[in-house]
Amino acid sequence: MRPDSEATAEQVFVALADPTRRAILAALSSAGPATATDLAGRLPITRQAIAKHLALLTEAGLVTAEHGERRRVRYRLRSAPMRVAQQFLAALARDWDGPMEALKDHLDGRTTPR
Amino acid sequence: MGFPDRIERTVEIAHPPDKVWAALTTAEGLSAWFGNEARIDLRPGGSAWMRWSQGETADMRVERVEEPAVFGFTWHIYGLPEGDPRRTYVEFTLEPVASGTRLTVVETGFAQLPEDVYGKAFDGNTQGWASELGELVQYLDAA
Repeated sequence: MRPDSEATAEQVFVALADPTRRAILAALSSAGPATATDLAGRLPITRQAIAKHLALLTEAGLVTAEHGERRRVRYRLRSAPMRVAQQFLAALARDWDGPMEALKDHLDGRTTPR
Repeated sequence: MGFPDRIERTVEIAHPPDKVWAALTTAEGLSAWFGNEARIDLRPGGSAWMRWSQGETADMRVERVEEPAVFGFTWHIYGLPEGDPRRTYVEFTLEPVASGTRLTVVETGFAQLPEDVYGKAFDGNTQGWASELGELVQYLDAA
């Protein structure tokens, strides 16, 4: 395992803990790369607040800034850190207690709903 | 280290190892307590499959078969996108004890991050749908 996986997962969870950043990430995920101005038009958040959060998200590596024509900067979601966070969640979501109980019940002749 | 890689559970079961073994390694056994439907080709490299009544399925690859003591398989990490190459390894160890069987299940690999996955799939995926849609347009234009 790469030593920075936990730090990467933490950055994702910190980003997702804030409702404004969740809204920005959700907007980039659902509609693709966008400028801060695009996002301000779509979300009930000021352009200044969006710019501040985008800077933080870029610093954390959760979005990348792409410099396009006429000095427009478009922000794009980076999926790699999200996938590291998903692994963390996958371990927490794995349930072995339920199946182990069901195995015991099966061998004892009881049935458990699955 | 807070990143969980390994999950381990041990249970005591009031039945002998051969009976527990059958429950773990046969389609009849697996479909009775784990999935709702199961198929298994019980040999290293063999494939196994389970389906639940809610519609979820699991594709497994049998890795270790040492009757009636060790049964291991790999499977897809639940919750990751379909086609993600990361898999976890699950190993059941059966130990005879006076009261029956001590069964341990260990699942490892949640924290894996293979170099190739990081390089190709991850960074490749930042292009994501934009480039795949671009390829679709090119394909349709060429037809």
